[in-house]
Amino acid sequence: MELGGLLTYGVFFLTQAGIYAVLALGLNVQFGLTGQINIGVAGFFAVGAYTSAILTTSVTPAHLGGFDLPFLVGIAGAVVASGIVAVGIGWVTMRLRSDYLAIATIGIAEIIRLTLKNEDWLTNGVRGVPGIPRPFVETLGTDPLISLAVILAFVLLAYWLVERARVSPWGRVLRAIRENEDGVMAAGKDVARFRLQAFVFGSGLMGMAGGLYAHFIGFISPEAFLPLYGTFLVWVMLIAGGAGNNRGAVLGAFAIWMLWSATQFMTDALGAEYATQAGALRVLLIGVLLQVILILRPQGILPEHGRKGRR
Amino acid sequence: MTEFLQLVIYGVVLGSILTLGAIGVSLIYGILRFAHFAHGDIMTMGAYFAFALVVGLGFPIWASAPFAVVGGALLAIAIDQTVYRRLRRVQPIILLISSFGIAIALRSVVQLIWGPHNQVYASGIQMPYRLGDLVIKPDHVWIVLGAVVLVTALHLFLTRTKMGKAMRAMSDNMDLALVSGIPSERVIMVTWAVGGGLAAVAGVFLGMDTRLHPVMGWSLLLPVFAAAILGGIGRPYGAIAGGMVIGLSMELSTMVINPTYKPAVAFALMVLMLVVRPQGLFKGNA
Amino acid sequence: MTLLAIEGLTGGYGGADILHGVDLRVEPGEMVVIIGPNGAGKSTLMKAAFGLVKIREGAVLFERRDITPLRPDQIVRQGISYVPQENNVFPSLSVEENLEMGAFIRTDDIRPQLERIYNFFPRLGERRDQIAGSMSGGERQMLAMGRALMLDPKLLLLDEPTAGLSPLFIDQTFERIRKINEAGIGILMVEQNAKQALAVCDRGYVLTMGRNRIDDTGANLLANKDVAEMFLGG
Ligand SMILES: Nc1ncnc2c1ncn2[C@@H]1O[C@H](COP(=O)(O)OP(=O)(O)OP(=O)(O)O)[C@@H](O)[C@H]1O
Ligand SMILES: [Mg+2]
Repeated sequence: MELGGLLTYGVFFLTQAGIYAVLALGLNVQFGLTGQINIGVAGFFAVGAYTSAILTTSVTPAHLGGFDLPFLVGIAGAVVASGIVAVGIGWVTMRLRSDYLAIATIGIAEIIRLTLKNEDWLTNGVRGVPGIPRPFVETLGTDPLISLAVILAFVLLAYWLVERARVSPWGRVLRAIRENEDGVMAAGKDVARFRLQAFVFGSGLMGMAGGLYAHFIGFISPEAFLPLYGTFLVWVMLIAGGAGNNRGAVLGAFAIWMLWSATQFMTDALGAEYATQAGALRVLLIGVLLQVILILRPQGILPEHGRKGRR
Repeated sequence: MTEFLQLVIYGVVLGSILTLGAIGVSLIYGILRFAHFAHGDIMTMGAYFAFALVVGLGFPIWASAPFAVVGGALLAIAIDQTVYRRLRRVQPIILLISSFGIAIALRSVVQLIWGPHNQVYASGIQMPYRLGDLVIKPDHVWIVLGAVVLVTALHLFLTRTKMGKAMRAMSDNMDLALVSGIPSERVIMVTWAVGGGLAAVAGVFLGMDTRLHPVMGWSLLLPVFAAAILGGIGRPYGAIAGGMVIGLSMELSTMVINPTYKPAVAFALMVLMLVVRPQGLFKGNA
Repeated sequence: MTLLAIEGLTGGYGGADILHGVDLRVEPGEMVVIIGPNGAGKSTLMKAAFGLVKIREGAVLFERRDITPLRPDQIVRQGISYVPQENNVFPSLSVEENLEMGAFIRTDDIRPQLERIYNFFPRLGERRDQIAGSMSGGERQMLAMGRALMLDPKLLLLDEPTAGLSPLFIDQTFERIRKINEAGIGILMVEQNAKQALAVCDRGYVLTMGRNRIDDTGANLLANKDVAEMFLGG
């Protein structure tokens, strides 16, 4: 690869890693701070991506809209739509053990996937939504560096929001709930409400990541999401980086994305006839990596502040 | 009417498969207190174990099923001993995440060995039995009969043997089981063997009913959990009722809605249950 | 040979220590009572003897053998049985199944032992097929004791066996414990009904804030002014 190609790849790599960083931060609000398990990350991500796509594309008979609205409106819509889905699912499960939330999130992700695939009027079904404009394309042009800058700005925004939340009294209540739910309840706090807020906050960020992804890629379809692997990667990123630590979440996103991309180079070397096996092998490696981390260093690379050793 | 009865038959078949999966989920939850997310993929593995024997050694499917059971049981024990056992001392929530990773890893293994495509145990069309306008495939009869036999055997195991009673005791009160001298590690191993074995048959049955595919088990995970929750998670007997209710509802729903949304029906029932009666039909360990 | 010896036991549940250097012993055939205010660490001490709490310092010796590092199921095999203060039956199992679980580690025929238990607690015999969760508090307490006796232990640990019982049941329970003790089984018991307990026991310990303050014969403790003030209602 010559220098120009390398540069292009670098920009592409960083952009995608940035999107994962936003996802990991969203999951950190839910799992890291509050102890909630969301196996439907990809679902919230997809809702965000489709919402922003429908809001910002030009009018078409192929799917709902489009509404030709500006990029930032699309992103805001993505956050709101994911948040609304989260309110629905959270309302049902917030009073129950975290296992129930985990199970419910597989369900919601599955239903979202089926809807995207089957409801042509809304999403154009398997044909997908093309022509999603790049961020600020009218004023700033189509340079990929602009997209990268925009996405990194959103990573900073997400980091700032989550970090603010973490050190706030609200964040302390969340951690208290995670450590000792009964104690918090005894102190007269509405545990379910705090949990719901955290769940919606995290899901909103995932929606935001979805919106960014749509504008960055320009075309989305149900196939583009690989729902489970996406969710799984985000989990590995957060656990590897350090659940509960926001810098850990961002670091984990970049580190695991680098590892994931590197395994692609290795499996590409195997040649096209082994493409599916190579793909499976990559996933297997990451699956094993997760177990190794959980057993040997469950606190991740950057442990949560004020917490040492195994949990 | 015929359509309705036909769907009832499909529902009972699906319900039998779900029941076998949900019992394992429930037993494991009762003793180890976590939702085992790799259960669907153990089903998949079981289905492919049998497939290897059918294709590789020319076994008939009924003869390879017992081997699949043993394979599923050993697989579950192996996963527990290498991974879950080391995580048991931390919160159950970590076990859940770990099992999610195991699910993904198992699926990759299936893809690596058997490829990503659909497979079937036997090509060609089975001659169905006809009862008036109703069509019953021989496989359907075997699936339901197999499930009845296995559930009966499990019932006898849980109520007549010392080990089965110890499993119920541990699920009731872990601390008391320990101070009574019940060897918890051994009981946990047996629990995995039973859960993994039943999941493997469920997988084989699913493969007989439809086809084999690396995602077959994961796709059934939601209805399996729904069945376990409906029956009261941690209560293996509830899982039977839960499995049947979910299986029947999923099939009967196709009279009114698009069949692709079958999983949504399971989900809706589960959510309804969580709202009105989170402890399940039969008081579980919510 | 001393049956049970607890020496300088310090430990707790992982956080701050609950017990601070507790010493205690039970001789063969003896009945020993621990009294103390709520939260003193009485239950914790019982659990510590059974390997259920983190012990930082000190040791638990049973017949001079150090059992501190053993797991609960290994301790049971030494001949100690334990009836916890709460949740001491398997609620979804029948009475008989509960008793069978008490004898899990026995490989011989347990029917004679079951019959002995049913003779000793006729109420349990009448209800052998009843689900434990549907029984009254008094019946559960009997069942819990029956379960613990299934192994013919040399030492029985009882944590507040009369808690929540009616006065009639309390008397009955003390009577039964005395009979068990007369059969040669050593008893270490935590009790809130200090007066009655001290009256029947050989020796007693007063535990406060994780330390044993006073130990003496039951009669002397009953006569002790401080003890009377603290626990016997003046
Ligand atoms: N599982 C536990 N984890 C952490 N701390 C505990 C646990 N159980 C008890 N404690 C604490 O240990 C201390 C001693 O409790 P313990 O139950 O031993 O008291 P006790 O003397 O038996 O009281 P009671 O008369 O109420 O039964 C208390 O401060 C209690 O809060
Ligand atoms: Mg106590």
